[in-house]
Amino acid sequence: MTWRYVELLAIGAAVTAGVSIVAILLGLGLGVLVCSASLARSGAVRAAGRLYISFFRGSPLLVQLLMIYYLLPAAGINVPSLVAAVLGLALCTAAYQAENLRGGFLSVAPGLIEAAQMLGMAPWRILLRIRLPIALRLTLPAVLNEAIMILKASSLVSVVGVEELTRSAQNLATSTYRPIPIYAAAGAFYLILNRLLAGGGGVLRRMLG
Amino acid sequence: MAAALQVRRLGKRFGAHAVLREIDLAVREGEVTCIVGPSGSGKSTLLRCMAFLEAPSEGEITVYGAPLGFRVTESGERQRLPDSDVARVRRNIGMVFQQFNLWPHMTALGNVAEALRQVRRLPRREAEARAMAQLAKVGLAERARHYPSQLSGGQQQRVAIARALAMEPRIMLFDEPTSSLDPELTGEVLNVMRELARAGMTMAVVTHEIGFAATVAQHIVFLDDGRILLEGTPQSVFAQPWHPRLAQFLETYIDRGAAVLLQGAPA
Ligand SMILES: Nc1ncnc2c1ncn2[C@@H]1O[C@H](COP(=O)(O)OP(=O)(O)OP(=O)(O)O)[C@@H](O)[C@H]1O
Ligand SMILES: [Mg+2]
Repeated sequence: MTWRYVELLAIGAAVTAGVSIVAILLGLGLGVLVCSASLARSGAVRAAGRLYISFFRGSPLLVQLLMIYYLLPAAGINVPSLVAAVLGLALCTAAYQAENLRGGFLSVAPGLIEAAQMLGMAPWRILLRIRLPIALRLTLPAVLNEAIMILKASSLVSVVGVEELTRSAQNLATSTYRPIPIYAAAGAFYLILNRLLAGGGGVLRRMLG
Repeated sequence: MAAALQVRRLGKRFGAHAVLREIDLAVREGEVTCIVGPSGSGKSTLLRCMAFLEAPSEGEITVYGAPLGFRVTESGERQRLPDSDVARVRRNIGMVFQQFNLWPHMTALGNVAEALRQVRRLPRREAEARAMAQLAKVGLAERARHYPSQLSGGQQQRVAIARALAMEPRIMLFDEPTSSLDPELTGEVLNVMRELARAGMTMAVVTHEIGFAATVAQHIVFLDDGRILLEGTPQSVFAQPWHPRLAQFLETYIDRGAAVLLQGAPA
């Protein structure tokens, strides 16, 4: 295995990392909104939140990716492969993160929110400054676990034409007829990315106190 | 003296259960009003209505003349006011809870500075300087960097008082501020409240500390089964222990110290 192959795999790994990180962050943000919706006072908003969660948890990610890639252009919206990939992953992971965060949000004592209301904090500030940090701290293991799942599931985005780590490895393996060292190297790259993600989780844990 | 907070014909129902009925109450400027009464008589509900944490079912509350939550029109109809209006009127009110309700992910300083930053929009430096000054006033300057879980109950409650005071309210509401504290920790919280009363703060305090009520309050309200049964100065209320409900209540809650104080109080 020459240095050139490692370089090609590294490019694939960079794509995987970029797509995953953006999808994870976007998905977490969206997940917070979906979760608040699923716990809202208004029945219609709550139903919409629940529907979102059951739809994206109930269908395969692969199908969701293909739907975004083929449906949106059919509706006249042109999406580049990368955008479709990030969007698909983010929409899906948001449903899982919303479900993960749910227990955390429910555990926030109502008194903590009342105290913030009495001090004049607006609802969105209470969400960002009080409810989310408390919920996130409690549910961090599950939230990080989902982030790792997304990093691994990002290999699916090759179906919409993004050449990420797994696809790079496949291409190299067929062109060199040396699948074993190449897939082993790809596995090592995934491992490194996971370690980095876990490190980011540690930073988040310290930030949450 | 003028009423800072006025409650008129207030009623509160939870479903079919009428918890408060026909409450008329004035929390007067510069006075300490203590609300006492048996468990379940509706004290917390009344205080929460006064902060609009519960929406009254009937009646009206005004804070320095401004209606809180509902406006009563000339034809006598009640109109729900927008949340922004509730927030504006609430700016006059600070609240202290039985369970402290400090935010666990922020230090004492962070708890006190939070609303100064997020609501008052003060720069961090200034917010923290003011928060520090408030903590110093309740005697906790050296605990500023501690998290709530690292503080005793009495210290946590003093941080909660500092947090409310930092927003410079004109009225302070306390819901049993010492009821979840060990007996040896109630004193430090009551002392802070005494200090606040001496400085002229308008206060409404729900409490079982009859000794505190008898010595600090100008105005005692005895609530029983959702109604005001007796009210007046501590002397006039506690000098009526012949009243059967009050006698029963005092027997349950009064402590030895308070008994001595009351016997010494001029009738
Ligand atoms: N959110 C609620 N839903 C239904 N009932 C309630 C609610 N809050 C209070 N109550 C009822 O209202 C009555 C008065 O309660 P409240 O908490 O105001 O009493 P309290 O005088 O503060 O009692 P304590 O001294 O035990 O704190 C009780 O019977 C209680 O069960
Ligand atoms: Mg109560």
